[in-house]
Amino acid sequence: MKARSPYFDAGTVRALQQRIATGAARLGRDVTFMEVCGTHTHAIARAGLRRLLPANVRLISGPGCPVCVTPIDYMDRAVALARRDDVTVCTFGDLMRVPSSASSLERESAAGRDVRVVYSARDALRIARECPQKKVVFLGVGFETTLPTIAAALEEAEREHIDNFLVLSGAKLIEPPLRALVADGDVHVDGFLLPGHVSVILGANFYRFLEDELHVPGVIVGFAPVDMMAGVAALVEMLERGEARVENLYKRVVSAEGNRVARALLARWFEPADTRWRGLGSIPLSGLAFRAQFARRDAGRLEVTLDPPREPRGCRCGDVLKGKIEPHQCPLFDRTCTPETPVGACMVSSEGTCAAWYRHERVEVGA
Amino acid sequence: MCLAIPMRLVQRSEFTGTAELDGVRREIGLALCPEARVGEFVLVHAGFAIGTLDEEEAAATLAVLEHISMEDAS
Repeated sequence: MKARSPYFDAGTVRALQQRIATGAARLGRDVTFMEVCGTHTHAIARAGLRRLLPANVRLISGPGCPVCVTPIDYMDRAVALARRDDVTVCTFGDLMRVPSSASSLERESAAGRDVRVVYSARDALRIARECPQKKVVFLGVGFETTLPTIAAALEEAEREHIDNFLVLSGAKLIEPPLRALVADGDVHVDGFLLPGHVSVILGANFYRFLEDELHVPGVIVGFAPVDMMAGVAALVEMLERGEARVENLYKRVVSAEGNRVARALLARWFEPADTRWRGLGSIPLSGLAFRAQFARRDAGRLEVTLDPPREPRGCRCGDVLKGKIEPHQCPLFDRTCTPETPVGACMVSSEGTCAAWYRHERVEVGA
Repeated sequence: MCLAIPMRLVQRSEFTGTAELDGVRREIGLALCPEARVGEFVLVHAGFAIGTLDEEEAAATLAVLEHISMEDAS
């Protein structure tokens, strides 16, 4: 690092650690906080923050990694699309190795199918422009940070009449799973560390439902140790006072209103629809489907032959995603399932809870 | 996957622009951030500017990203 950043200052982290310890001792009960952002999962593991928290403060990961929550039937459809001779599949790299029922995009690519890793939906659009004879299908997986970029690429395709650019929507919204997790009761969550960059789009005011309806406190935080420790301290202190507010501790990037232009563009193209989540099952109106007038852009309407669905045996990604178990409690973790030979999606993505644990917290639990 | 990187906007047309970080330039979409001005820092995610931020915020955010490290957080 070029300069010491205040967001990494060891003294500040120690002071926050002390504040958390004092507050947690006064609380005098076990509390569980959940983060719902793959980048937080990774940053927390990397910074070793769990080791800095008192025994009665537990930090768990929720369904915040878009690759991890993408269900196997989506991967089956993506693989089936890749097998069509008239289709080029474009995807973010993380999806390449996610197992489908009988294959993966990586295996289809090795078998000569036209699968391309892209960095942006705009790259897929460029490929569509260059290959007018192919249907170019972008795998539209993501949360509210990424989804507007897909809508923007679709808008560009319309403007330039690039009719062979299609999207297979795997869109996921953040609010419905938060509600489902609180309602579910399987895991008691005392507070949420809310996602940093999703909130750039949604804005801090979006989370009012946590205060008004669910009565669970939340903090929007960035990704540095000081950010995340300050978030935990704020949650502990809110619990002490019996408050359930949402605090924005990432004001340097997240505004109250969020990005209205992005949300309007998204709403022009898509409407809420029921969708399945790995581990959480189907959640009403938790995804996005094309509006009827744009159905011609929907790659879900292309005819395909799907492999018979088959979930990997023994994989407990679902329970990991709900925060019910920690990765080392899965029988496959670090045995048959490793980053080199992933069985479940939580190990495939670098932001997956299992991958983060494998990399940073494995020794600690003795797995 | 929701990682976003601050870059300085060095040039723009109606829908696209060029953003720069440490001498590396890339073309980005500006449809989600139509108000971004040349010289300003934008937060770039998946090839699009999704917000603007001032220089101090950009420096703070970059310091965090360097720490998380680009190779292991995609």
